[in-house]
Amino acid sequence: MIYRETGQFRTSYAEDQAIFRLREDRIGIAAILAIAWVGVPLLADEYLLRAILIPFLILSLAAIGLNLLLGYCGQISLGTGAFMAVGAYSAYNLALRLPELPLLLDFFLAGLIAAGVGIVFGLPSFRIKGLYLAVATLALQFFADWAFLRVRWFTNYTPSGSVTAPVLDFFGWVVDTEREKYWLCLAFVCAIALLAKNLVRSRLGRSWMAIRDMDIAAEIIGIRPMHAKLSAFAVSSFVAGLAGVLWAFVHLGSWEPLAFSIDMSFRLLFMVIIGGMGSILGSFLGAAFITILPIFLNQAPAMIGIRLSTAMVSHLEFMIFGTLIVLFLIWEPHGLARLWQIGKEKMRLWPFPY
Amino acid sequence: MRLRFLTAMYAGAAALAVLAGSASAAETIYYPSLVYRSGPYAPNGIPFANGVADYVAMINARDGGVGGVKIEFEECETGYATDRGVECYERLKGKGAKGAIAFSPLSTGITFALTEKVAVDKIPLQTMGYGRSESADGRVFTWNFPLLGTYWSAADILIQHVNKIAGGLQGKKITLVYHDSPYGKEPIPVLQEHAQRYGYTFEAIPVTHPGVEQKAAWLKIRQTRPDFVFLWGWGVMNSTAIKEAVAVGYPRERMYGVWWAAAEPDVRPAGDDAKGYQGLALHPAGADYPVHKDILKYVYDAGKGAGKREEVGEVLYNRGMIDAMLKLEAVRNAQKIFNVKVPTGEQVREGYERLELTAQRIKELGFEGLITPIKVSCRDHEGSRKARIHQWDGKKWVFVSDWIEANNEYLRPKVEAAAMAYAKEKGITPRTCN
Repeated sequence: MIYRETGQFRTSYAEDQAIFRLREDRIGIAAILAIAWVGVPLLADEYLLRAILIPFLILSLAAIGLNLLLGYCGQISLGTGAFMAVGAYSAYNLALRLPELPLLLDFFLAGLIAAGVGIVFGLPSFRIKGLYLAVATLALQFFADWAFLRVRWFTNYTPSGSVTAPVLDFFGWVVDTEREKYWLCLAFVCAIALLAKNLVRSRLGRSWMAIRDMDIAAEIIGIRPMHAKLSAFAVSSFVAGLAGVLWAFVHLGSWEPLAFSIDMSFRLLFMVIIGGMGSILGSFLGAAFITILPIFLNQAPAMIGIRLSTAMVSHLEFMIFGTLIVLFLIWEPHGLARLWQIGKEKMRLWPFPY
Repeated sequence: MRLRFLTAMYAGAAALAVLAGSASAAETIYYPSLVYRSGPYAPNGIPFANGVADYVAMINARDGGVGGVKIEFEECETGYATDRGVECYERLKGKGAKGAIAFSPLSTGITFALTEKVAVDKIPLQTMGYGRSESADGRVFTWNFPLLGTYWSAADILIQHVNKIAGGLQGKKITLVYHDSPYGKEPIPVLQEHAQRYGYTFEAIPVTHPGVEQKAAWLKIRQTRPDFVFLWGWGVMNSTAIKEAVAVGYPRERMYGVWWAAAEPDVRPAGDDAKGYQGLALHPAGADYPVHKDILKYVYDAGKGAGKREEVGEVLYNRGMIDAMLKLEAVRNAQKIFNVKVPTGEQVREGYERLELTAQRIKELGFEGLITPIKVSCRDHEGSRKARIHQWDGKKWVFVSDWIEANNEYLRPKVEAAAMAYAKEKGITPRTCN
């Protein structure tokens, strides 16, 4: 009734090509952005910002990165954690060794270095597909773990192997409060999400999807598989690398290679699968599901006034979380984004049954 | 969906805030405890957490809290993961009337992540027997208290001990098998420098987290046959190392664990094979000290024990107890200095910095024989750096050395240099201590 397109005519190509063609969608997204940019920083306390929203934003960004590769181009990667690590350690070394560079440039260059590594490790994707490619990217994960643990130069020969981020100074704007950190992450997430959304609607994105759906057919209609696959690896690892920089510099502040271990790669893979492959919105939903739900489950018994032992709560958390993953995948194998889409279609027809 | 999710989250957070608010209405000391009762390190995390919980419960039951103020105790599960540790810290730091008194993360990774945050939030970080070694320098690390000994002290004590029993280390071979994390890497600089001073050859073999796969490390040990193996492991890695040592025929008598690799969960899974294994002890094991009698009487007899009765007095249990005792002594000290009932984190920090436990006071607390006197100062946040060596006889830990003190004339300049480098990197102006 409220949510429908009747009477909204698109009279120009620009209008037809808009990301949000429905007025209701535009209002919705504007409201979300307003809340995220103004409402949340005003209302949220430090705990919510630092422990929940900042990690959620950064991991959404990483999930967008993986989604571009896995969801849009169909290349399974278990090396997202490694791309994040490459980004984080590149930015650390750039900031340390070339202090004259502005930090924002460090971030960007770190993303580019991650993209370069992504291209190199994307090369096997010409010959191998599917799960076999996943195993090849797993090699990158272990290589990165090894390199950042063993090659002491990357960690500036610190005795413990743990490095700390420099002061976050962007052209005189020193990001030190939680609110500023949140804005910084939000800015990156908004910019990259917009970029990604437009990218997947562009020629490049369409060639990725063609490769994903059937690579031989794509090749026959004139899409270069090498170009498409490598560009997907490059863009995906750029975004993941940037997320790695934010994770290390903004969220952790001080980190060790374990922060970007195989666990991280798996978590991101689950985010994309549960959130919805081939959906930017799905990346956010998946990140929320994987990062926020366990914390919520951990606190839920205390919230409703049930006193359980710490061990019991944490075991329950694992059990319920695992069950929910299974249920979601049975209920809607295409992820949370698909549920939202179904909901939207229902809303368009409401109150008529079909 | 995203919008709805966010609103749901806000609702949840608001409910949480309300709950936290109602709990802090009474005048209580808020004691947060970061624990890991699940995950790969749980066998070691559980006894420590129980020691902390039982000691606090005993103080509440016996004395009605510290200085007549009840202690509000809350645990938060970290699973030894840094991000969950940070989340727990954020969740608990502001609770209670005046906020959390102090934090003990029991993880070097979480300690590293929190070191900068505690300085902003003004909450002390007590890392008894772990954490960053250079944080012993209180001029730079104002909020860190690595009480009783850092890993550099531990490495120095171990070298002193093997030097004594081997009659000089010239030409000997020492191998360190370490957990590949900041925790395991901490002792390496000291062991390397000592290699030159004492003339032994040093080799370090990393073991990847969580440490169930270490065949390669032990094959290497079989090849090189070092005179001593130091084990810097945690959790399941320790018992695996002992089993692997058996497999390659390396004598357990020449293996030495750091104080985190010398407790019951480390040796029991290896069964009889662990006999002869030695390790550092920050304090004795056993439940026959006066404080245990009180814990059994006030906590276990009332049916409120956190663990099993027979586990009271295990190495890590006692360590948890000592950890809690030191924290509460700092609170007591802060109450005295500032004449307040519930001190803030900032006041507790002052309590730590002027903490002095004399033999007399330790006896009053019922810890006689468990620890030696401690004196913390503005410069020295370590307070004391002594440990003994104990050996597993198949059933219990038996002391084989007296208290050995780390050589501070050697360590202190190293600590200061590392602390100053940190201060420079972070733009901290070191305090002047008078």
